[in-house]
Amino acid sequence: MIALELSPVWITLELALVTTALLLVIGTPLAWWLAQNTSVFRAPVGAVVALPLVLPPTVIGFYLLVLLGPSGPLGKLTNSLGIGQLSFTFTGLVIGSVVYSLPFVVQPLQNAFEAIGSRPLEAAATLRAGPWNRFFTIALPLAKSGYFSAAVLGFAHTVGEFGVVLMIGGNIPGRTKVLSVAIYDHVEALEYTEAHWLAGGLVVFSFVVLLLMYSRRRRVRIGV
Amino acid sequence: MRSLAVTVIAMVGLLVLTPGAFATDVKIAVAANFTPPMEKIAALFFKETGHKLVISYGATGKFYAQIKNGAPFEIFLAADQKHPQRLIAEKLAVAGTQFTYAIGKIVLWSPKLNVVDPDGAILGSGDFKHLAIANPKIAPYGAAAEEVLKKKDLWQKLQPRLVVGENIAQAYQFVATGNAELGFVALSQLKKENEPSAGSAWAVPQELYSPLKQDAVLLAKGKASAAAKQFLAFLKSKKATALTRVFGYE
Repeated sequence: MIALELSPVWITLELALVTTALLLVIGTPLAWWLAQNTSVFRAPVGAVVALPLVLPPTVIGFYLLVLLGPSGPLGKLTNSLGIGQLSFTFTGLVIGSVVYSLPFVVQPLQNAFEAIGSRPLEAAATLRAGPWNRFFTIALPLAKSGYFSAAVLGFAHTVGEFGVVLMIGGNIPGRTKVLSVAIYDHVEALEYTEAHWLAGGLVVFSFVVLLLMYSRRRRVRIGV
Repeated sequence: MRSLAVTVIAMVGLLVLTPGAFATDVKIAVAANFTPPMEKIAALFFKETGHKLVISYGATGKFYAQIKNGAPFEIFLAADQKHPQRLIAEKLAVAGTQFTYAIGKIVLWSPKLNVVDPDGAILGSGDFKHLAIANPKIAPYGAAAEEVLKKKDLWQKLQPRLVVGENIAQAYQFVATGNAELGFVALSQLKKENEPSAGSAWAVPQELYSPLKQDAVLLAKGKASAAAKQFLAFLKSKKATALTRVFGYE
């Protein structure tokens, strides 16, 4: 057996969990707004949300590095609030991951909300259910499978991210060195055995996660 | 319709054949850190010989893997000596053609004035949160930085403050954007053609790290190309070495 450093695995899982939880909280109102809104802002906001799908991760990483740096607007803000600099920290990685995985959570949620249509909500309104009540008792339960997809995709995408975390993380063992970066380092250093173990584990894990999602999706369809 | 197709085929044929009628292109893989001088050298070479260099810039280790797997490069300008040596041993490069075309220098640098003192004493006094270096395991400039810190007996002490870039370009970005207060970068990154760069720096003395020799080699695919050999000779010429110096190499 080879000595395998496992801290990147735990950091990656922690990062993916925190990011997914935050994204579900941020993504819900955003997706709801995008699904309900008909104003002129809808298209540009939707486009901004989708941008991380298009931009190369190293580009996103570089701009985040500039933003979070001591002379960047976010860096200035965190410094003046006494939080300090966020690049090269776990919090910095979470911010990067939230930006990077945003479309993977918002889009499934938006689709789920749109699929509900306006009729169930209008029916509830005629029964004097207020907007909050309508959202929590009608929309949320009906969008359940959308939430499942969003959570799985957001989690899986964060586990697999590389370029962004490489840029803003600084590759610090035990703090910001995530699984993908660890694999990359092993490959570059020609340590193929270690790389195979970690990469193989990642492939199996990702397959199981996606299998879970696709088998559930089918069940839902049959169930309906 | 048919005549249109014939015209298109004839035009494509012309486009494909024309360059060969005048001069030979040389396909060359160049270590990314050598990009600025290479641009100048290639332009000068074209002016003098009419041969065009088709240049790919990238990481030395990646080029090595690509050449092993049949990449069409005829010349390789690596960032170290190890990879050209290996290619010769594997019969993918021509023995006896390897030579050092540049020697890199490392610098401890901050974009701010009066941060780095001219003797690098700040490393010991520790008045900073983050020190950026390139990954010593994979980047030659990172290995040189590790050597310097070990010679100064600071390697262990500074571990918690090290931020590691994938390569020297990323280490430079960490410092240039202010995320790390200082870092070990390549002198060539700070040179903008004779312009002194802003900020403060410690030019690390050569005795603190092994020379960063960058070697060129003629690859097996370029063995028959007169233009490729001509370029290697040009790279050794006074004109080319003078250009190389301007950009912070020896």
